[in-house]
Amino acid sequence: MSDDPLYRDSSIEGSSPDAATVEGAVEKGDRSQFAMGTAVPSEMVVDIEKMAERNARTASLWTDAYRQLRRKPIFIISAVLIIIMIVMAAFPILFTRIDPRACNLSDSLLAPSSEHWFGTDLQGCDYYSRTIHGARVSITIGLVVTLFATSIALVGGSTAGYYGGRVDTVIARLTDIMFVIPFILGGIVILSLFPTRGVAQVSLVLIILGWATMLRLVRSSVMSVKSSDYVDAARAMGGSNFRIITKHVLPNSLAPVIVYATITVGAVISAEAALSFLGVGLQLPAISWGLMIATAQHRILTSPHLLLFPGLFLSVTVFSFILMGDALRDALDPKLR
Amino acid sequence: MVKNSLDNADSLGGQALDPAAPLLEVENLHVEFRIEDGVVKAVNGLSYTLHEHETLAILGESGSGKSVSAQAVMGILDTPPGFVTAGQANFRGVDLLKVSEEVMAKQVRGQKVAMIFQDALTALNPVFTVGWQIAEMLRKHRGMSKKEAKEQAIELMERVKIPDARDRVNAYPHEFSGGMRQRAMIAMALSLDPDVLIADEPTTALDVTVQAQIMELLHDLQQETGMGLILITHDLGVVAEVCDRVVVMYAGEIMEDGDITDVYHHPAHPYTLGLMDSIPRSDKHTDRLSPIQGAPPDLLNIPSGCPFHPRCPFVRPRCSEDSPVLSDIGRDGHESGCFYWEEVERDR
Repeated sequence: MSDDPLYRDSSIEGSSPDAATVEGAVEKGDRSQFAMGTAVPSEMVVDIEKMAERNARTASLWTDAYRQLRRKPIFIISAVLIIIMIVMAAFPILFTRIDPRACNLSDSLLAPSSEHWFGTDLQGCDYYSRTIHGARVSITIGLVVTLFATSIALVGGSTAGYYGGRVDTVIARLTDIMFVIPFILGGIVILSLFPTRGVAQVSLVLIILGWATMLRLVRSSVMSVKSSDYVDAARAMGGSNFRIITKHVLPNSLAPVIVYATITVGAVISAEAALSFLGVGLQLPAISWGLMIATAQHRILTSPHLLLFPGLFLSVTVFSFILMGDALRDALDPKLR
Repeated sequence: MVKNSLDNADSLGGQALDPAAPLLEVENLHVEFRIEDGVVKAVNGLSYTLHEHETLAILGESGSGKSVSAQAVMGILDTPPGFVTAGQANFRGVDLLKVSEEVMAKQVRGQKVAMIFQDALTALNPVFTVGWQIAEMLRKHRGMSKKEAKEQAIELMERVKIPDARDRVNAYPHEFSGGMRQRAMIAMALSLDPDVLIADEPTTALDVTVQAQIMELLHDLQQETGMGLILITHDLGVVAEVCDRVVVMYAGEIMEDGDITDVYHHPAHPYTLGLMDSIPRSDKHTDRLSPIQGAPPDLLNIPSGCPFHPRCPFVRPRCSEDSPVLSDIGRDGHESGCFYWEEVERDR
């Protein structure tokens, strides 16, 4: 291995941080740190070797796309916003220590102030805290629905697209049937069947209404990849159908799916808000942007902040996912470059 | 000890391989495509025999059924619309056309019969490195570890003379030149030590100098391994250089077959003659090439009788009525499908 030019290069690169660590430790005169310093470099060299190996050839679709994305302000802005929203959903406590359910009726409908940044709602709850906590529902539903819908689409779409024939007919007609159902109307009808509606029920309905479009996309993408020579070649080399689908067909048909899935997260979040606004989505006492907007509608003129803040957060989140999808499409679809 | 029939190297799907039988014997193969406009008869009674160490050329224009016949033998015909309607493809006595898809995938393709394609750029998966794709075959069929398989892939790449194989093992197909890609494809095809290699126009997408290198490589590898090589091509030059026997196809039928030198020196079919006259020769001065008149037949409506008769300079009334049968004309299995082959030979 050591006579390999690739590895030799990397060990030279590896020597500089390696030496610096040791020197640093010596300067401090701390023996225990020095001992650690000697232990660390060997791992570091391995790490750097791996990196060098990866960097030696970095022209795959994904590395290429990443390299392009890094320079795109749209991608960076949307990525930062999405990360903030996800952190907000996972750890709202990082943003506010105020309990969104600790309400004081005497503080009802206060305008934004230094004490209550976003003001308070009718019940006198801190609106900033409620807005922050509302992220969890939106992000969870957005990600869960997209994840499940994409999984259904990947399995169904690749089966239909790859095998064709009768299987394809059945699956494709099934998606056609799903397309007949208008989104909002379907949502209202199905959701009204549930006595209580929480995140699970709303997610389920959005998955039911959302998989068909995604499946069509996967199917058409798989069909175009299926006729590639490398799929024939893989078959000629003895690849099984499962292997060909997972190793050759899906990786090559994934780019448009990823783009669409990203945009779908945004669309699902706004769909949840729409259903909650219409009163068939989540129910109080759940904290959700859609519900907050719904309750705000009667007081738009007297307390506009009730509409402004959840509306703003909702728009920014949906907007970020759509922007991200756009950036990904530009990077992943060479034809659009 | 009872062995799983799938693991047994001497049998295919329960049928014992006969080591004395010819490596690959295709008999009376018929393939058709059922499309909306009708039935396209792509291959009509193709027969050939391939032995170890032998190179067989299947020669013909585009649409003559060469590639389709190979796909049928490999069992990778797109069905529907393609169907094998008759014939056998006996590998060591076992008919591959009757073997189950599972056995074909697990035991035959890649291991017994491998195939390389015309355009190696499109035949390699763009999202994986070349080395990964070669190693994948070994990991799957030979159960090698990732590391072993990669080392073996490097070895294979060296064997097909890819320079700096150790560096290039991590390169993606589009980072390779055309010739290198075809070499990588060959490395992949050879990875499981097949007994038969079918090369479907392996040099068509390459420029002339690289063509010669690839043919030489294939020839050397065949000498080394003793595999049978089927070369599907429309290039008479390529055929002359490396092949032992040649099958000339037209409209899915055999026009002529035989030993390569014999067919070249004494073509016994007007079509073969036409093919030879339509390439420039260095030993004869000609101002103009004489192409074969007319166009290849519409496979939906193959001419009656001899399919070549509308374009044939030797045509007689009988040609459009009776279908000629491939008949032995002496000389080491040289066969011609022309009623008037003696006349054709005399004309030469």
